[in-house]
Amino acid sequence: MTSNIRKTYFKEDDSLIVIGLILVLGFIWSLFAAHPTDAPGMIYPTLEMHGFMMMGAFLIGIIAIVFKLSDGLPKFDQGEYQDDVIKAGVIATTFWGIAGMLVGLIIACQLTWPNIFYFESLPWTNFGRLRPLHTSAVIFAFGGNALIATSFYVVQRTCRTRLAGGMWPWFVFWGYQLFIVLAATGYLTGVTQSREYAEPEWYVDIWLTIVWVAYLLVFLCTLAKRKEPHIYVANWFYLAFIITVAILHLVNNMALPTGPFDAKSYSLFSGVQDAMTQWWYGHNAVGFFLTAGFLAIMYYFIPKRANRPIWSYKLSIVHFWAVIFIYIWAGPHHLHFTALPQWTQTLGMAFSIMLWMPSWGGMINGLMTLQGAWDKLRTDPVLRMLVVSVAFYGMATFEGPLMSIRYVNALSHYTEWTIGHVHSGALGWNGFVTFGALYCMVPWLWKKKEVYSLRLVEWHFWLATIGILFYITSMWVAGIMEGLMWRAYNDLGFLEYAFIETVSAKHISYVVRALGGGLFLAGTLIMAFNLRMTVKGKGGAESLEGDVPLAKKPVIPTAQPILVGE
Amino acid sequence: MFLKLHQKLEKKSFGLLLGIIGVVSVGGLVEIAPLFYIDSTIEQVEGMRPYTPLELAGRNIYVREGCYTCHSQMIRPLRDEVERYGHYSLAAESMYDKPFQWGSKRTGPDLARVGGKYSDEWHKLHLEDPRAVVPESIMPPYKFLSERKLDYKSMSAHLNANRKLGVPYTEEMVELAVSDLKTQLDEYADDYDGFLARYPKAVVREFDGNSNKISEMDALIAYLQILGTLVDFDTYEAQKDENLR
Amino acid sequence: MSYDVFAHFVKMGGTVFFTGFFVLTIIYALWPKNKARFERAAQLPLLDDDHPEV
Repeated sequence: MTSNIRKTYFKEDDSLIVIGLILVLGFIWSLFAAHPTDAPGMIYPTLEMHGFMMMGAFLIGIIAIVFKLSDGLPKFDQGEYQDDVIKAGVIATTFWGIAGMLVGLIIACQLTWPNIFYFESLPWTNFGRLRPLHTSAVIFAFGGNALIATSFYVVQRTCRTRLAGGMWPWFVFWGYQLFIVLAATGYLTGVTQSREYAEPEWYVDIWLTIVWVAYLLVFLCTLAKRKEPHIYVANWFYLAFIITVAILHLVNNMALPTGPFDAKSYSLFSGVQDAMTQWWYGHNAVGFFLTAGFLAIMYYFIPKRANRPIWSYKLSIVHFWAVIFIYIWAGPHHLHFTALPQWTQTLGMAFSIMLWMPSWGGMINGLMTLQGAWDKLRTDPVLRMLVVSVAFYGMATFEGPLMSIRYVNALSHYTEWTIGHVHSGALGWNGFVTFGALYCMVPWLWKKKEVYSLRLVEWHFWLATIGILFYITSMWVAGIMEGLMWRAYNDLGFLEYAFIETVSAKHISYVVRALGGGLFLAGTLIMAFNLRMTVKGKGGAESLEGDVPLAKKPVIPTAQPILVGE
Repeated sequence: MFLKLHQKLEKKSFGLLLGIIGVVSVGGLVEIAPLFYIDSTIEQVEGMRPYTPLELAGRNIYVREGCYTCHSQMIRPLRDEVERYGHYSLAAESMYDKPFQWGSKRTGPDLARVGGKYSDEWHKLHLEDPRAVVPESIMPPYKFLSERKLDYKSMSAHLNANRKLGVPYTEEMVELAVSDLKTQLDEYADDYDGFLARYPKAVVREFDGNSNKISEMDALIAYLQILGTLVDFDTYEAQKDENLR
Repeated sequence: MSYDVFAHFVKMGGTVFFTGFFVLTIIYALWPKNKARFERAAQLPLLDDDHPEV
């Protein structure tokens, strides 16, 4: 079936021409969208800005294709992996990571020192507009680019075949960057659906759908032409991530625009149905984007870096099916005690608690891969980063089921505890596993012996770890404190605290949180420098001559411990 | 038989794809589909009506500015919340909300029943400079809302989109959207009675205190002042069969 | 089908479906005949080299 699709509709030779046609259609639409409006105050952000941006982007794409075609149809060497698009993905991941974390630090400072970090005359710098920018930048721009880049890397290596689709992988890469830029500039100007983690408006959603279908086809067709009989388990996780995110995206973004060239749309559902759909989406964005996708990274990069197979392949099979089955049910725990029917809440809670088991199954599988090689944790900071990410995964997936229990949720919901929880997952799990994968991939892709400096990796590791600890402990304190203050009664039976007292009580926690975020960002900047120097071939990043089979490369550092300050 | 099937699923990438789709579809369908038995999901209450054009415009500003990132609109049936904010929220109260604004975080207080709790002047001062009114506040300033003119010319298209999606706006309401928006700011408008017949309980006054200009501040305050005030709780019986879920 | 019947079906059916599904997955993972295939698959990340097989 897949082979038929590949041979009939997804031909490599034609790929550039089909992509060109899509861009031309997009260009024509954006010509209409970029109409100047005479709206007096631009209350509903118009499409004008995005129309011009899309016009420019599509035009650049078309020109690039024409130039490329002037040399005749491109040829794709099946004897080489498509690594250039992965290199671009690595650079994009690093760039968006820094951008997203920087915005996070800024909004943390806004809540801490509002008189300094708010600007009366700059509406686009307000918290309400920057917060979606932060969440989308770290989840979709940083995380999404990491997932696309690593999935292209892993699927080629474990299938031992070049990426399918000719130029389509490049369309996926650049199309996804366009989506990010449209989403980000939209938030700043107030173009938003206000659906958490699905804020982009309808036309950006349609563009993402096109890009995502291309991504699915590239991935699926690469699997179809693999040279190995078995599909490695990391690819199952990637495939589940890609297809489920597509389903979630389509269902959650159903909306009717006020006009074909208006930015504003209204959701197909309303009220309680809308809430259920959104949190079914929101929860599974965590489940399939931030968990399934990143578990795929774990299942490839930890065995690869440790140079030993995954602890139990059988467990990984059970882990896979159990995780994707259970996760999809757990969404309603975001809506405890709301106007959602109670049976739905109970069902969501039951499955959230069950989710603990497969999550820890996966964690054990990742950690135990190090069995017999624990010394590498001491000598290889990159491997340590990967392993610690799994430990954070275990911690966050224990805390999650706990918080989904109705009466714990009664305390934790709406508080900073939730913010701490998502950051122990996002910084500790997604962040660290991505950093680990980048430190592995950059030397492999640019054919270097090792990264520029393992000592800088140590610095990154410790700065980021301390940053995370500051972040989550301060948010535990703030969240549990405000949750308890909200429900505190005095001797006379009245509420003890006014709301604003619970806000000012959190100030110190906010300071510590901003400090933690700053440390984490500092670590990421160190990584960016380290990777840059690796690409340049400085320090430990000696060039490897010729084609050395990767398995024989000294990718694992020798047993000499490398200590900070040595 | 199952084993063969599974091996096939794994060997064929397309089969694996179908297997994944099958597994993840179940949970979604099962949890979301029943909610569309709307009669059993939404309580029967009196007083709910669609937003007036001015309130809808205000709501869109609320959405645009990302207020939902810090303010919930969902009071849970817990003792302290009911005492702090008022009657717990009903599903019926957001039945015309596209999209819903229940929120997920209370960096600021819940707003589900903020309507009528503060004066228009308080809201204006507070939105323009939160720390002038509440010194410990960490809310961003929204002074520009008072300065920016409200773009209400396209209001009919907005009501019409809602109408197509099932919000009970009549054709008349869609047609009169712009004039209704102006009427809500002017107690002496010609169509005052007609407007109130279309939108019972609507508050008609000059919300931002400046009658020279229809500002975004007008719309946002009009929206805030209606929040949580529509349902008639005197006639609502929580223990009635149709209201139990 | 009334709402109550539907809701009941969902609650019971979900649990039964999941349990059955979980048991089948475990049987598959532990089936002796699959052992060799899994062992080969587990080696996949370690086998790769700089070039695809053509």
